[in-house]
Amino acid sequence: MFKGFRRLRRNFEHGVHPAHHKEQTEDLPIQRVPFVKDYVMPLGQHIGVPARPVVEAGERVRRGQLIATPGGFVSTALHSPVTGTIREIGDFRGVDGRFAPAIAIEADAFATQQVDMEAAPDWQSMSLNEFIEAVQMAGIVGMGGAAFPSHVKLSVPDGVRIRQLLINGAECEPFLTNDHRLMVERPGALLDGAEIMRRKLDAEEVIIGIEANKPDAIEIIGQHVRPDQPVRVVPLKVKYPQGAEKMMIKSVFGKEVPAGQLPRDVGVNVNNVGTIVAIADYFLRGMPLIERIVTVAGPGVTYPANLVVPLGTPVREVVRFCGGLRPGSREIIMGGPMMGRPIASLDVPVLKGCSGVLVFTEEQTSGRTEYPCIRCGRCLEACPYFLNPSRLARLSKARMFDEMKAHHVFDCVECGCCTFACPSNIPIVQLIRTAKDDLVHRKESEA
Amino acid sequence: MNNLLTAPAIMTGIGLFFGAVLAIAGRFLKVDEDPRIEATNAMLPGTNCGACGQPGCLPFAEKLVSGEVEPGQCTVSTDDDIERIAEYLEVDAGRQEKLVARLRCGGGHLQANQIAEYRGFEGCRAAAVVSGGGKGCAWGCLGLADCEAACTFDAIHMNTNGLPQVDTEKCRACPDCVAACPRDLFELVPLSQKLYVQCNIPLAGAAATQLCAVACDACGKCVADAAPGLIRMEDNLPVIDYSAGGPARPEAVFRCATRSIVWLEREQFQDQEARHAGTG
Repeated sequence: MFKGFRRLRRNFEHGVHPAHHKEQTEDLPIQRVPFVKDYVMPLGQHIGVPARPVVEAGERVRRGQLIATPGGFVSTALHSPVTGTIREIGDFRGVDGRFAPAIAIEADAFATQQVDMEAAPDWQSMSLNEFIEAVQMAGIVGMGGAAFPSHVKLSVPDGVRIRQLLINGAECEPFLTNDHRLMVERPGALLDGAEIMRRKLDAEEVIIGIEANKPDAIEIIGQHVRPDQPVRVVPLKVKYPQGAEKMMIKSVFGKEVPAGQLPRDVGVNVNNVGTIVAIADYFLRGMPLIERIVTVAGPGVTYPANLVVPLGTPVREVVRFCGGLRPGSREIIMGGPMMGRPIASLDVPVLKGCSGVLVFTEEQTSGRTEYPCIRCGRCLEACPYFLNPSRLARLSKARMFDEMKAHHVFDCVECGCCTFACPSNIPIVQLIRTAKDDLVHRKESEA
Repeated sequence: MNNLLTAPAIMTGIGLFFGAVLAIAGRFLKVDEDPRIEATNAMLPGTNCGACGQPGCLPFAEKLVSGEVEPGQCTVSTDDDIERIAEYLEVDAGRQEKLVARLRCGGGHLQANQIAEYRGFEGCRAAAVVSGGGKGCAWGCLGLADCEAACTFDAIHMNTNGLPQVDTEKCRACPDCVAACPRDLFELVPLSQKLYVQCNIPLAGAAATQLCAVACDACGKCVADAAPGLIRMEDNLPVIDYSAGGPARPEAVFRCATRSIVWLEREQFQDQEARHAGTG
């Protein structure tokens, strides 16, 4: 009875319940993708200013060697994912379909692909500022999908104290199991990374939030916590978008982060489990962010898998490793089905923020006829940010983008709950994205 | 007196009182407005398009009367209307050269490669935010008619090749289509400038032509064939500078292998079939 009440409390309002579809890959151990010939590292694969290349075409690089330095404060470094030669620095097609500057690397077929592990920095003697700089130079970004540079999150202004370090293991997106497998297979690294972060931020405790549909992860992490570590594992209600920063804070602490403010304003620092493991990998083993775990799943994949993929590997090679596409495959999504973006080309590389490659067939992607809005209000009940998606969609259709600002369109995180809930199949999120793009585009051209 | 009549009587009394106040205020506090502003405003098209640089037609009329602007700066009015306004205000029409909207892309369905199929709702900007809409060229026209919807004057219609055809008669050079295009392909150019680059790809050689059959591959033949200084290459695209040299002659386009630089006698894409109304 008491436990039931606690479960009830660990929740946020609104949200939706999409089917998990995680059974395809949740029990598959993480595998490593073999090295391929060509890699492409876009300079702008994180949010913020693109990185500045420090290598030239024809130069030989080692795996893990710095190839681009941060282009500004909100920017991170890039490291070579393979030992090989820089083929070209030029424009390549990115995930958004546009061409953007990138470093193309050709792997050396005869190299051992060993990362120089001796260089692990001594994190214990570092000051906080040195630590933040080290995180930036290790190229670590938020691995949940947004790829926001982690060191920016760590840099808190004076007078703000981070009391709790919240580690996000919710993985609320359907199909994705990369965080789940990481927690099951590397609980030690996760707890080590959490300890480094807690010591450096001088936080009081670490809370690991995991959705209740991953009992094995909750149990294994619980077993690995040492008694002297102030770490709590909190099971969360299975609900989308439980893994959204602000929702998770609401669920775990019952606190609301006001619109326009950040988790640090309520004294919390939220990081994805992948980010924490990347921190451990760098500060304990000296390995910068050069690879990530990607779930390859969906009805169109022959052999679904959880893979360690070197960054910059073309999606084509990842899909080929998984046995290729099944007949009738139609749509390939990078990221989860709710928030991920469809890609237009298989030559697009796997980036730091790419948590999954999902392939859908004709069956899942066709035949959604749009009907008029019947004003049922389901999107309002679904929106975790308490916006009015139906009104935003109507304004967007009428191209009244400026009016949408008064309806807080920029508070929308594009989680997709409204579109999922809409019985009339109105592409509400796409309408909102369109309006945001127009507003940002016009602001840029006026500036 | 009957109670029923009290309320109407009071209301009438209040009404008469305030009516009298307003009548007196109207007489003594009246601000004289130049009647010509109203008359000029009536002669303007009333579209409030903003092409003249003013927020709308009435502010433009005010400036016209005060002599700060010339009637010709209204690109939307017909020549007759501008003449009428100039005559009425007894000023010089200051007529400017007629501008039209030109599309910096010639890659329709039949020329540009499609690398994926876009299945979202129809709209260029909507497609542009979803992986660039599936068109191989990341700089070209998406062909989903955002400009057609935005045009105030019904001057833009999509043709069967998926490109917007601008009716030069109807086009009034307001900036509607320029603002609507997510890839900034529309520009307003004088109708008399006939030499025009119909491509926006900043790539050179095969990298450009593998994306689109009518892409500029930056070979530079047009630069060599045109009058010295008229055309220069910038970011792998020819830039025509009418002030730097001339005269512009059709010879410049003859050797263009991809027909990305064109000589426009009137409208763009005239050889392509227009889509008839009602055929979707």
